[in-house]
Amino acid sequence: MNLGGWIIMIVSVGFVTIFLGWCIYRVVREPEAPQKLHAQAEIDTKDQD
Amino acid sequence: MNQGKEAWGTRAGVILAVAGSAVGLGNFLRFPGKAAQYEGGAFMIPYFVALFLLGLPIAWVEWALGRYGGARGYNSLPGIFRVVWRNKLSPYLGALGVLIPVAIYMYYVYIEGWCLGYAWKFAAGQMALGPEQSAYGTFFSNFVGLNSHGAAYDFTTIHFADSALFFLGICFVLNFVLIYRGLSKGIEWFCKWAMPALVVCALIVLARVLTLGTPDPAKPDQNVLNGLGFMWNLGWGGKTIWQQLGNAQMWLEAAGQIFFSLSVGFGIICCYASYLKPNDDIALSSVTAAAGNEFCEVALGGLITVPAAFVFLGTVGVIAATKSTFNLGFVTLPMVFNTMPLGQFVGAVFFFLLFLAALTSSVSMLQPAIALLEEGLGLGRRASVSLLGFITAAGSAFVVYFSKDVIALDTMDFWVGSVCIYILATIEVLLFGWVMGIEKGYQELERGAEIRIPKFVMYIIKYVAPLYLFIVFAVWLRQTAGAYVQKIGHDPVVAMTVGFIVLVLVLAILLTAQSVRRWNRIHPLQKENGT
Repeated sequence: MNLGGWIIMIVSVGFVTIFLGWCIYRVVREPEAPQKLHAQAEIDTKDQD
Repeated sequence: MNQGKEAWGTRAGVILAVAGSAVGLGNFLRFPGKAAQYEGGAFMIPYFVALFLLGLPIAWVEWALGRYGGARGYNSLPGIFRVVWRNKLSPYLGALGVLIPVAIYMYYVYIEGWCLGYAWKFAAGQMALGPEQSAYGTFFSNFVGLNSHGAAYDFTTIHFADSALFFLGICFVLNFVLIYRGLSKGIEWFCKWAMPALVVCALIVLARVLTLGTPDPAKPDQNVLNGLGFMWNLGWGGKTIWQQLGNAQMWLEAAGQIFFSLSVGFGIICCYASYLKPNDDIALSSVTAAAGNEFCEVALGGLITVPAAFVFLGTVGVIAATKSTFNLGFVTLPMVFNTMPLGQFVGAVFFFLLFLAALTSSVSMLQPAIALLEEGLGLGRRASVSLLGFITAAGSAFVVYFSKDVIALDTMDFWVGSVCIYILATIEVLLFGWVMGIEKGYQELERGAEIRIPKFVMYIIKYVAPLYLFIVFAVWLRQTAGAYVQKIGHDPVVAMTVGFIVLVLVLAILLTAQSVRRWNRIHPLQKENGT
């Protein structure tokens, strides 16, 4: 296995592994979505004023 | 229209389901074969370029179109296209999103049966066929019925319980039990344990392959390091990296591999995403599912298959083996596993991993048609599953009967698994970029997004992706379509297979027409916010 082979293998395998790890970290960091109310202002209070 | 009864249970569930749909046999057999065939490590450069210019943008398109349609009450592609492009033609374009997964399921489930059969036979010690590769070729031919049409139904030479048909039956039942249980209790539940199990199996096989060392001291060159080098080295045959990158065919193959590997253009991701809530994130979820697929393909598939084959076969043997995915997977690798220490166990684990990968993909192929039957015809789950079971069983019986040289399977794979997928992906990209428009499309992607998608991606989707798809498709058609078109005139089985595909397409169009009539009656589209 030549130097180029080592580099391309480490970069490729390393990239997909870090990429997946970063995605999983971002997914588990965020709470589950159902309670995600982005805009309180969108709630219709039926206020007539 | 769907009444909103079906939904994903958890976010991890939908990500694993989409990743499970994408991770299939191609990750462990097709990708290593292509990489080894085309310049080794240099293949990874066009591969990653295609991932970012073609794969991820189209994945975002599918997720966005799906969630957009789902928020308006539609889960099938005809329904989703109907609300994206308010034109009479649009639902009929979506009929492709029913034809493609259903027709692919018809032959894919047969291959899934081979994987289960091989896993069982390795576990039961029935695959010890000696060191000669020809014995494995003969076994594969008899098991699958490659010698003559109808051979797979002939139980005079092989017991039914040992036949591929028996394992196909098991896979068929498993798929329909899962789909009958529904989205959350069936597909999601299964993918939540099958995907981690798949990765564990792959890691076991990987550990064995990387510790093979030099199994035959008489052949010191055939060692693991050289096997990895065969897969990853730059500068093959005295060529510089720039000469390697000048191989246009490699760029096309890399784009094709990314395209098929991520399962974009099947209509499945659209269908899955339609069950999300309107404010659920799709930007990060789609990237995570794609990253899971890439990990399985590059970090697991890329380190297992070719190095293992190289250690026992050497350069000449691997080059010959990688020319055919089936030959590599079902003839060469079984021989390789039988030759290595702990091979019986490793072989069983490897084929079980392929079986899990295939099952998570095949079950996803049924959901788009179920969605149309339920929301288009108003059928209940039992009726829609029964009807789809009948249609797919007829198709699988056709593929299994015409098994000589897997001609029916190969023909369906070309016309549906390649041509139709390119067409549908192009339609989706054009709908998103040109009909929905990149401003509205970007807003859709950004809603609930947990990562920021750069705005220039929209321009890639609008201009680069359709052009990229068109060029890859045109060149690929020019190289391969001629032979397949000629076969229609010369081989009656090929003609019948194409006729069968047309029949399924007509059925999908008729179902769509009936669905559109029903939707127009229940929920006519309005000019503006017609939700």
